[in-house]
This record gives sequence, structure tokens and C-alpha cells, in this order.
Amino acid sequence: MSEYQVNENGYFGNFGGAYIPEMLYPNVEELREQYLQIIQHEDFQQEFNRLLRDYVGRPSPLYPAQRLSERYGTTIFLKREDLNHTGAHKINNTIGQILLAGKLGKKRIIAETGAGQHGVATATVCALMGLQCVVYMGAIDIERQAPNVARMKMMGAEVVAATSGSKTLKDATNEALRDWINNPVDTHYIIGSVVGPHPYPDMVARFQSVISAETKKQLLEKTGRENPDYAVACVGGGSNAMGMFYHFLDNPDVKLVAVEAAGKGVYSGESAATTILGKEGVLHGSRSILMQTDDGQVIEPYSISAGLDYPGIGPQHAWLHKTGRAQYASITDDEAMHAGLLLTRLEGIIPAIESAHALAQLEKMVFNGDEHVVVCLSGRGDKDLDNYMKYFGF
Amino acid sequence: MNRINKLFANKGDRRILSIYYTAGYPTLNSTVDIAEALEKAGVDFLEIGFPYSDPVADGPIIQHSSEEALHNGMTLHVLFEQLKHLRKRVALPILLMGYVNPVLQYGVERFCKSCKEVGVDGVIVPDLPMYEYEDLYRPAFEENGLSNIFLVTPQTSEARIRKIDGLSTGFIYLLSSSATTGKNLAVSENMEAYFSRIRDMELQNPIAIGFGISTRDTFIRATDYADGAIVGSAFVQLLANPDYKEKIPEFIGQFKP
Repeated sequence: MSEYQVNENGYFGNFGGAYIPEMLYPNVEELREQYLQIIQHEDFQQEFNRLLRDYVGRPSPLYPAQRLSERYGTTIFLKREDLNHTGAHKINNTIGQILLAGKLGKKRIIAETGAGQHGVATATVCALMGLQCVVYMGAIDIERQAPNVARMKMMGAEVVAATSGSKTLKDATNEALRDWINNPVDTHYIIGSVVGPHPYPDMVARFQSVISAETKKQLLEKTGRENPDYAVACVGGGSNAMGMFYHFLDNPDVKLVAVEAAGKGVYSGESAATTILGKEGVLHGSRSILMQTDDGQVIEPYSISAGLDYPGIGPQHAWLHKTGRAQYASITDDEAMHAGLLLTRLEGIIPAIESAHALAQLEKMVFNGDEHVVVCLSGRGDKDLDNYMKYFGF
Repeated sequence: MNRINKLFANKGDRRILSIYYTAGYPTLNSTVDIAEALEKAGVDFLEIGFPYSDPVADGPIIQHSSEEALHNGMTLHVLFEQLKHLRKRVALPILLMGYVNPVLQYGVERFCKSCKEVGVDGVIVPDLPMYEYEDLYRPAFEENGLSNIFLVTPQTSEARIRKIDGLSTGFIYLLSSSATTGKNLAVSENMEAYFSRIRDMELQNPIAIGFGISTRDTFIRATDYADGAIVGSAFVQLLANPDYKEKIPEFIGQFKP
């Protein structure tokens, strides 16, 4: 058993667990008892892999970014999760969870979403499977992300505005949990990141681990060695990063770099750099690191990227941070926006602003020249065009 | 025996009424005044909520009161300061109720000690896992004479209810249905079947039913099956009225004529 993987009690070191009210216990317990048995079954794996191939379009390319590599004086590969159906890595997880929900006999699906990527990925698989879908989204995010709201509605999902608290992702998650409390029997909650009570962080990481499984194989084909020197990914809750790191966790030669959003500066008061600003605590059912006051009230984070402004990180990330297995860096709005434009101009790829945070980290790294660096390009930038246009005044 | 244990041990035929309200709402310093008014009005015990920014088990009314209370400056430190002279004014059994994160940041042992110092009798922390209470915190609760109250829902298995009964030292908090707080309860046949099922288990702890109890009718029907019932959102809603102080006796009177 890897020291970086979940233990039999549902913890990564001292992080994780299931801090849930009794009303959620039967649901979460049902999942905990059955998830491994279900997702490790050969039939499930076959169906999962078939959909990833035929529907999502996997394997996603591992693209050797030549001009970017020249700029940084090393060999950079982009793992093209942006080319997945619906435009981001999120669909790897929703495909897995919708199949699981089917095995559990659930008829109704709920989800939370921030920028709308996970909401779209959930609405998509619900349309695919003919299941009822309700997506909770902060009232403010609904205004900011109109195209994704339209996508969800077109696919038949009901989009419900979360009007409590700060009206963003954290509150949408609270509303989804409340829905689950009130609908304990027929409903499955598809959490979009490696957060939530055990077994969600482990389960979502397993579904996203296809990213690093493919990367290994593709690197071997392209370079003759399957392990990179660096794997770099952005972290909000941390699901694309966990997928990118997963199969490299036990190989200490692979340096893992997780990039958080520093917003307007780590100490500006408008930031989402959880590992720097946060303390250990409990949010949304697990013990992790979160941004909070001395009294334990959760602080609303800020990032220009709606996918990274979550006040916590997944418990497995908290453990990778605490053990030093992964390095946690932070990138400001400005750095990310310029890295996004740079990739567009050098490689003709418009990245999501989330992924641009990972790209911006390349500026800060020192390379030897012959190293292999894989960056997870977690999503495409179509949803962010307005932001880019405004920022650069195009 | 703490005040909670004595209350249930000596209740006789009475239907026990508990009221929940949020500390620091409607104003920061209303906490103890409201406790005093409730005691005068004839309530049997109190649950004082300490607010949290992300109350996932609560409906809109208690969410709102929590938000306002935080806005007013309520914290656990402020609350314990307010409760310092509680026992000079109020004799009722009192529980604190809230979410686990503020307690973790305050320190669980320190929290239990502070509870004892101000005369609190028990604690309800719905998202504190049973295993963590058993493995880590039980001694701190017991050393400070605190009852830890567990919740039971219609979906809780019989084996788990038995386990909860074994761990409980005050009463068992039976949820009328699997729901967030503040949904008005229509007592259905299903619900009565569930209440009878629990009653027939002959648990060693008393039972109090909560969530959705808002009228005399629901209070009576719940206490036909249980030792007591808890009114939360309906009372918190009353506190939104500027003249809530005058309305408290009448509000409580409807349950205890």
C-alpha cells in the first residue's frame, strides 16, 4: 500500500475521513462499501474504457510542444485534456460516476459547479444515460458563465441558483449536499473534484488517473522512458492534478508540481493559495487544509479563474503537501493570463485560465536542458474568451 | 448526572419541549436574554447554536440566522464570554449545537472544558464522526460531564441505532425525516411507523424528535411517541420580528397550554 494513497479508514495520513451529518451517512456508507468492488469489476472497466475511447475521445494526445520547449530550454509535453468531449478533464470523472450511479440503481443525479465545466460534464453524461439531472451553481457564477448554463439547459439539466453565503462554488456545494440530505434514496451526488467525504477523493482520483496512465504509455513511446522529470498541474480542489500525479506518486524521481491560484497576490486578501493561507480543518465532509478565520469560519477565496477559487484542496493534496511529496506553487492572475496568451501565440492553443496557471509555473522553474516536463492542459479556453478579451483589450 | 439526565429522569408524564436558537441572533448580545425568556415561558431545555459559515444540514431560516450572527461578530470565544454568568440567570439544561470545524479550531478538549466552566450540559455536533468521538474525544466529554448527542434518521440501520444508544449519555435526537432543518412536518403514516419502530426498540436513552416540529399538532404527535420534541426554525423565524421578546410567551404557550 502506497503511503500516498487512502488507507482502510478513509484517510491520507491525517487528512480525509467522512465528517458528515447522520442524514448523509447511509448514502456515503453505501458508496464506501461498494465503490471499489463496482469500479474494479472487469465489466465496469470495459464499459468505462469504451466510453472514454468512443465518446470522450481518449486517449488524449501527449503533445510535444516544440516552440514552448525552445523557449524554456527543455522538453515540454502537453497532456491535451482540453481535447476531450466537453473541453476539459472533468468528463473522465462524470463518465465513471454515472456508470457507478447506474450500478447503485440511482435515478436522479445532482452536482455542484463553479465555472460550469463540471456541470456541463455531468449534464452531458445524464443526457447520455437518460437520467434526471440537477446542477447547483452559485447565483453569481450563473451570471458570469452564461454559455455553460445554456449548455446544461440544452442537455436537459435543471440549473438551480445557490443564493446562500457568497453565492459561488462553495455555496453550490452546500446546496448539493442539502439536496442529497433531502433525497437520500434515489439520488447520486456526482462531486466534481477530489474533495468531499471518503470515498469521493479516492474515487474521483481513480477515475482521473487515466491521465497519468496514458501519459506513461505515451512518454514511453515517444521518448523511450515512461517517467517524466516533472509533472505540473493546476489545483483548485485538485482533480486534474491528482489524475496527472496518480501513477507517479510512488516514484520519487518524478517531481510533482501543483499550482494554486494566487489571485491578485498571495497576501493581497484576494487569493486562493490554500496551502499558504490555509490551516487544517474540515469542509464539505473531509479534513484537509482550508482558508478560514481563527474561529473556523470559511473564507471566500478569489481567483480570476472560476475553477480555482475553492477555499480548500482535496485531502490527498493536503497530505502530499504535508509530506513534501509534491511542491505547491502559486501563480497570480496576471502571470496566468500572460502564460495563456503565450501558449496561444507559440503553439496555437488557447488554454483555460485554470490550465494557464500550470503553464505560468514554467517561467519559474529552472531546467537542465534535457529534462522531460509534462504539463496537464486540463481544459480549453473557449469559456474564457471574454475574460482574455477584456484583460488584453483585444 | 447532569441537568439533561435529571430532566428526563424526573419528567413523569410531561412532554419535554426544547427550543433551538442561534447565538448572536438577532443581535450579538441577545443570547442569554433569550435563554432567560424561554425559561420563564416554560421551556424544558435549550439548544444554543454556534454559527458556521457552511451549515449544510440547515435550511434557509437557520442559514440566515447563522449568517447574521457571524456578521454580528459571534464566535465561540464571544459565546463562552457571554455564557460566563449564564448560571446566575438560567437554570435550564443547556446544549450547544454546531458544526465541527469551529470546535476543531477552538480545540476539542478546550471546548469541552469551556462548556463545563460556563455550565453547559451537552453538545450536538452533527458532523463529528462517531468513530472520531469514540477514538479521540470521548474522555474529554466525559471528564467535563457533557452529554454528546447523536442523530438518528429514518435511514439509520438498527445496528447503528443500537451502537448510538450505547454511546449516548443524554438523549437520542430522532430526525422526523431525512431533511434539512425548517421543513414543516406533516406527520404521515410512514413517519408514525418509523416513530413506533424506534419506540419499540426500547432504547436505554430517552428520545427527542426534531426537524420539522413547528406547531402544537406536530409537537403533540411527535411526543406521543417520544419523550420530547425540539422546535428550531419556527422559533428562529419568530426572532426576526422586532418585538420578538413580547411574543415569546405566546409562542411557547402554543406547545405548553
